[in-house]
Amino acid sequence: MTTQNFIFFSMCLFFIGLFGVVVRRNIVIILMSIELMLNAANIALVAYGRELEHMGGQMAVFFVITVAAAESAVGLGLVIALFRNLKSVSTEDIELLKR
Amino acid sequence: MSGQDIFFYVFSALAVAFSLLVVLGKNPIYSALSLVMVFFCVAANFVLLQAQFIATIQVLVYAGAIMVLFIFVIMLLNADAQSADLGKRRPFQAIAAVLCVALFALFAWSVKNGTTSPERAGFTPEKVASLGGNTQVLSELMFSDYILPFELTSLLLLVGIAGSVAIAKRKLEGARAESPKEGQA
Repeated sequence: MTTQNFIFFSMCLFFIGLFGVVVRRNIVIILMSIELMLNAANIALVAYGRELEHMGGQMAVFFVITVAAAESAVGLGLVIALFRNLKSVSTEDIELLKR
Repeated sequence: MSGQDIFFYVFSALAVAFSLLVVLGKNPIYSALSLVMVFFCVAANFVLLQAQFIATIQVLVYAGAIMVLFIFVIMLLNADAQSADLGKRRPFQAIAAVLCVALFALFAWSVKNGTTSPERAGFTPEKVASLGGNTQVLSELMFSDYILPFELTSLLLLVGIAGSVAIAKRKLEGARAESPKEGQA
């Protein structure tokens, strides 16, 4: 398995996630797409780390996973706050600044 | 084709298929369960890349903790609400898909034609094995070279805990002005 195979796999996941972020209106699914993109970045980091025989890639993935955990906790807290106020999780209904 | 190739193609094809289900699924619960499958397939790819510690963390933190959080929130909010946002604005979605494919092509071209640095840090699989294995090498690095990011991570988690509690407890000001009866949280 060459590094390029893993990079192409990671790019597939990344752009599927990007498509989800752009197209979907449900905030929870947008957050899940962001997790998908973070995972794609992790694969690329580990793959290039193996290519360069460097452990820094895997260390970076460890920190990315920690940041992703904190991010999803804060993001889902935001989703709950929005739902309590707006009774909706659609981005089309979030227009507080337009009023 | 060697066994590793078959392993890679099976798990990456599964991951791509399930990630399409995540993005295109109507029901958020099905999307969340597909995302669990994506995380497992990515963990399998980490094993293939000889990053066993990362694969374990992936399953524990992502497929365990983060997905429990997601499913908890989805069930708390609207378990049966079908989000019919896909298919509403077809031209916009087509443009987004074309742009994503174009960006993919650009990245693929640059990966094909780019070169990586010839410098090697020297952590070959044999050397990692002789130093005590993937987990031991990573943990020794984590508490020596990477001690500052590690400590910052603990600060970040503390801020994340406090922030998510503070945000989830409070009501937004604009909505409170509109519906004063629901103001008391």
